[in-house]
Amino acid sequence: MAQMAMVMHLDRCIGCHTCSVACKQVQSTAEGLEYAWFNNVETRPGRGYPHAWDEREATGAGWVRASSGTLRPRGGGRLASLAQIFAAPGTPVLAAYDDPVAEALRSRVAGPAPETMGGARGPEPVRSPAPRDSVADDAVLAHLSEHVTADLAETFSFYLPRLCEHCLNPACVAACPSGAMYKRVEDGIVLVDQHVCRGWARCVPACPYKKVYLNPVTGKATKCTLCVERIEAGEPTLCSDTCVGRLRYIGLVLYDADKVEAAAAVADPHDLLDAQRDVILDPNDPDVVAAAERSGIPEEWVMAAQWSPIWQLVSRFRVALPLHPEYRTLPMVWYVPPLSPVVDVVAATGADGEDFATLAAAFEQLAGPVDYLAEMFAAGAREPVTEVLRRLAAVRAVTAGSSGSSGSSGAGASGAGASGAASPGPTTSARPARGRRGGPDPAVARAVGLDPGELTELHQLLTKADYADRNVIPEAYAASAQALAELGCSLDEDGGPGMGAAAPPGAGPAVVAPAGGGPAAGGPAGDGPAAGTVEATRGGRFNLLGWTGRGRPHQLFPAPAPSPARPASPSHPPSHPPSPK
Amino acid sequence: MTSATDVLLWGVLPYVSFVLLVAGTVWRARRDRASWSARPTGLAEARLLRWGSPLFHYGMLAVVLGHVAGLAVPASWTAAAGVTDHAYHLAATWLGTVAAAATIVGLVILLYRRATVPRVRTATTRGDVVMLVLLVTSVVVGTWATVQLQLVDGGYDYRTTVSPWFRGLWLLQPDPSLMHGVPFVLGLHVVAALVLFALWPFTRLVHAFVAPVPYVARPYVVYRSRGGAA
Repeated sequence: MAQMAMVMHLDRCIGCHTCSVACKQVQSTAEGLEYAWFNNVETRPGRGYPHAWDEREATGAGWVRASSGTLRPRGGGRLASLAQIFAAPGTPVLAAYDDPVAEALRSRVAGPAPETMGGARGPEPVRSPAPRDSVADDAVLAHLSEHVTADLAETFSFYLPRLCEHCLNPACVAACPSGAMYKRVEDGIVLVDQHVCRGWARCVPACPYKKVYLNPVTGKATKCTLCVERIEAGEPTLCSDTCVGRLRYIGLVLYDADKVEAAAAVADPHDLLDAQRDVILDPNDPDVVAAAERSGIPEEWVMAAQWSPIWQLVSRFRVALPLHPEYRTLPMVWYVPPLSPVVDVVAATGADGEDFATLAAAFEQLAGPVDYLAEMFAAGAREPVTEVLRRLAAVRAVTAGSSGSSGSSGAGASGAGASGAASPGPTTSARPARGRRGGPDPAVARAVGLDPGELTELHQLLTKADYADRNVIPEAYAASAQALAELGCSLDEDGGPGMGAAAPPGAGPAVVAPAGGGPAAGGPAGDGPAAGTVEATRGGRFNLLGWTGRGRPHQLFPAPAPSPARPASPSHPPSHPPSPK
Repeated sequence: MTSATDVLLWGVLPYVSFVLLVAGTVWRARRDRASWSARPTGLAEARLLRWGSPLFHYGMLAVVLGHVAGLAVPASWTAAAGVTDHAYHLAATWLGTVAAAATIVGLVILLYRRATVPRVRTATTRGDVVMLVLLVTSVVVGTWATVQLQLVDGGYDYRTTVSPWFRGLWLLQPDPSLMHGVPFVLGLHVVAALVLFALWPFTRLVHAFVAPVPYVARPYVVYRSRGGAA
C-alpha cells in the first residue's frame, strides 16, 4: 500500500512556529478547538505540548506486546477498553495543553491589590516559560541519569515540530470503539469520521503523541488531516508549504501491509527501527512496481514513490528516524536528528566542532546528547543515532569543504586521517585541499559507508533541496480520474445500471468519469463485467484524453528492457544531478 | 374507578412518550447525526469524573437490568423457576438499593462537578439542565419509593400492579385501572421517567443508543477507501 509520509530535518528548524500558525489559522479555527494545535513546535529538552506527552508511564498510550507475541493497545483490549468507557483514564486536562494566554495572564491582569505591586511584580505564574523551568519537566530526561540531565540542561537544546504521525499501526484507530477513526487505504492518512464519532474519547489517551483532540463544543474528536484537501490536489501540507527553514519533506512510500503487524510486534524494542524500515519497500524494485500495479496503485503514484525524498532519507540514506518507535505504532513522520546541538556541546569543550573526525569520535564519548536523541528517536539504542549523526557530520564536512575556508580544510585533513585510523579506510595524509571545490572527501564518505557520489546526493538533498524536491505529491484526483476512465463505469457491475451493453449509452459513465470524457464512457462500458478487469483494460486500452503527460502508461510506451537494481527515474530532474552548483 | 387522570397518565402518556422516543430518535439520526455524541468533558476536569462517571453509569446499568427483570418478567415465571416470593423480594430490594446508592453517589459527584467546575458549567446546555432535572427526579423519587415502600413500610407488591400494567402497554392492551391504587411516589417515578423518555432523543442521552458493542468483534485497525467503505 502507499503512505503519505513526512521527514523533518531538525537541524534546520529555527523554532519560528510559522508552521503552527499556518495550520492553526486554517485547520483548527473551530469553536472549541482554541487549545488544539494540530501542529506545534516544542523546545527539547522541555515539557512539550501537552505537558510530558512522551512520559513513558502515560496510561494507555500505544501498544504493548503480550508474552504470546501479539499486540494489544496499552489502554486495554476491546473488552477492557469498553469497561473503562465511562471515564477515559489518561486523558490530559486542558491545563496540560497550556491554557490560552488570557487564562495564563489572568492572575497578573486581575491579580492582587496594587500594594503588592508597588514597583514590584505581580504573582508568579505557576509555570513560567523559562527554559530551565521547562527542562525540569522533560519526560525523556527523567529517564536519563542525573549527571546527564544537568549537563544537557546547560548546553543542549533543539526544536521539535510535531504533528499527527499518521502511523502504519495507529493506536488511536484501534482504541476507537465507534470505528469512526480510520486509515485511508490510498495514502495512509488517518482521519476521523465526524458523523460516526460519538465522543467516547478513548483515542486521546491511546495516541502516544497526544495528537487527537476533543472538541468539547461538538463532542467529537478531531486531528491533523495532513491537509488532506491539499494533498489530494497535489499540494504540500500548510506546515510544509510555509516552513521557513525548509526542513519538511513530503512524499509517498510504498509499504508491505502484510508485514506491519509483525514489524510492530518484534520482541526487542531496539529492533523496532529496523523492522519499521523493512516494511517500507524499494519503489525501484521491479517486483515492487509490479505488485503495486497489481494492487491498483496508479502508475503516477508509483513514480511519485520513486521520486520520494522520504524513501531517499529513510531507506536509502537511513538518516531519518521515527519519533518514539517504542510505542509500536510505526509512526510515519520521521526526523533527521539534529547535529547542531551536538556540535555546540563539542565546541563548548574547546574542540573544533566542525571537524568530521572530532565529531565522529565525540559521538562515542558524549553520553548526554546522544543518549537523549536515542531515547527520543530509537527507543534508547545509541547505535542508529550515532550512525545518522556520523552521516550528518559527513554532510557538514562537505559544506565546510566547499565553503573554501582554509582553516576548516586543514582541520578536515587531520580529521580524515583520524577517521582513517578509526575505520579500515585508506590513509589520507596528502589531501589538504581535498573537498574544497564541490566534491566530498572520499575518505569521509567511506567512513560513513557511502561513496562520494552518494554523499554528494545526500548533501544536495539535505542542504539544497528546493520546493519540488521536498514536496513530491501526486494528484489524487487526476490519478483516480484516470483510473476510473480505464476501469470504465464503477456502476458497471452485476445489477448495476451500467451493466452490459443494454445500458443506455453514456448514461452512467458520463456521471462517474467526467474527466475522462466521452471515449472512456463509450469504450469499456459495454465490455463485460467490471470486476477484475482493471488489469485487462489497463493492458489493452489507454485513454489519451485522461493523460496529464506526467505518467508513463505502459500502453503508450514499449516495455522497458529488464533494468538494473535502480532503474532510477530518468525524468526526475531535481535531487539527482551530481554537481551541486 | 378509573378517572380521566388515570387514563391520561397510564393510558395515553406512555404511548405519547414512546412515539416521541422512536420518532425523535429516527429524526435525529437522519437529520442531525453529526451531533450524536456523549459530549465528553474529561478535558475540563478528570479527577471527579473518574469516580463519578463509572459509579453513575454502572449503577444505572444495574438499575436498568433490575427494572427489566421486575417489569417484564411475570411473577408466575419466577415462581415456576422455583424462586420464592420472599427470596425474590429480598434480592430485588437489596440489589436495587445497592445499585441505587451507586447511581446516586455517582450522580451527586457529577452534579457537583457540573456546578462547580467552570468549564463544565459553561459546556452545559439548557437541554442538559432540563434533562438533568427529569433524571434526578426519576432517580431520587424511584429510590425514595424503594426505601419507603420496601424497607420502611414492609413491602409493596408492584408485581401485581405496575408490572402487569407495563406488560399490557406492550401488548396494546393498556389497563389504567391496574395503576389506580399505586402509591403516589411510585406514580411520580413512573411519570417522570415517561417524560424523560419522551425528551430522550433531543438530549445528550442519545449516546446510550450507540453503545459501541460491535467494537468487540472488530479488527483493531480500520481501513477505509477514499471513495467510501473498503
